Amino acid sequence: MGVVEQINNEVSDRGFMLTSADKLVNWARTCSMWPMTFGLACCAVEMMHAGASRYDLDRFGMGAFRGSPRQSDLMIVAGTLTNKMAPALRLLYDQMSEPRWVISMGSCANGGGYYHYGYSTVRGCDRIVPVDVYIPGCPPTAEAFLYGILQLHKKIHRTHTLYSGWGERA
Amino acid sequence: MIAEKLDNLEKLVGEKFPSLTIEKELEALVLRVSPDQLIETMTQLRDGPGLDFTMMIDLAGVHYPDRKEPFEVVYQLLSVKKNHRIRIKVSVDEETPVPSIISVWGCADWFEREAYDMFGIRFSGHPDLRRLLSEYDFEGHPLRKDFPLSGKIEMRYDEKLGRVVREPIDMSRNPREPFKRKDREPYPQTP
Repeated sequence: MGVVEQINNEVSDRGFMLTSADKLVNWARTCSMWPMTFGLACCAVEMMHAGASRYDLDRFGMGAFRGSPRQSDLMIVAGTLTNKMAPALRLLYDQMSEPRWVISMGSCANGGGYYHYGYSTVRGCDRIVPVDVYIPGCPPTAEAFLYGILQLHKKIHRTHTLYSGWGERA
Repeated sequence: MIAEKLDNLEKLVGEKFPSLTIEKELEALVLRVSPDQLIETMTQLRDGPGLDFTMMIDLAGVHYPDRKEPFEVVYQLLSVKKNHRIRIKVSVDEETPVPSIISVWGCADWFEREAYDMFGIRFSGHPDLRRLLSEYDFEGHPLRKDFPLSGKIEMRYDEKLGRVVREPIDMSRNPREPFKRKDREPYPQTP
């Protein structure tokens, strides 16, 4: 029996269903993520593939890539992060609304990758922002990217806090 | 280019510029020019009858650390009308500026900025000689042979200062270990 069927049966049987508040909130958070448009290199093209009709991020309620950090809660660092870009990346992260998550996509964002020994590359975007999910690959395929999104969903479902403490940090 | 065409062009250029040395290098014509003659030569190459080099394809810097004049600027020109190409080389040392050729080809603007950024070659008469690719306050010129491969600084976010800071580079860290900030408290564990 599928989940939808279960819920249908429960609602039609009793007229209501029971859940816990954090589960409900996590469900809402995962099913409506607002990613920020942040393509830095070729990984961005795979991110676009994932957003287009074949892989279709809209299935997960996150097809609308926002142009403003203030409207988004997920930053996908897709590509090489350079020293020149690093302060801007942090600024954008700080402007994002909480709760917020970061996906590091591709070898360059994970640890410098191909440009690890270069003079102008940040050796991993986790030096600049806290990262939730790392997706390996150069570039990762759209499927790998989707898998990373699902991992992030799992991670959000594991959190049991409704309030992330942003008030003290702000 | 076809050998016959190359010979014709060599003859033509030789007549126009008798004082310059002409070399042939990998089926291309190379003209060596001194910095003070550059603008005049370039203008003639662009406007001269039979030459018509209306397009500047590329401008590159080269660093030869053993030479007396270690820097070389290489210009690649193309005539769209005549379908022939020529290469111009100018050698300078670190202090001597190369005259900017923006007045001849406007597209040289960013090429010269890039050559300045990467090699520290100065271009006199350039209206806006800032760095093009590196940070505006980058130290050194990264494509020089004496510049360290991995650079001199690296960046990280400092939790206490609340901003991205620069530090002297440290390549001793295992790249397969996730980056751990020294100044940050560990994440609270979820129950």
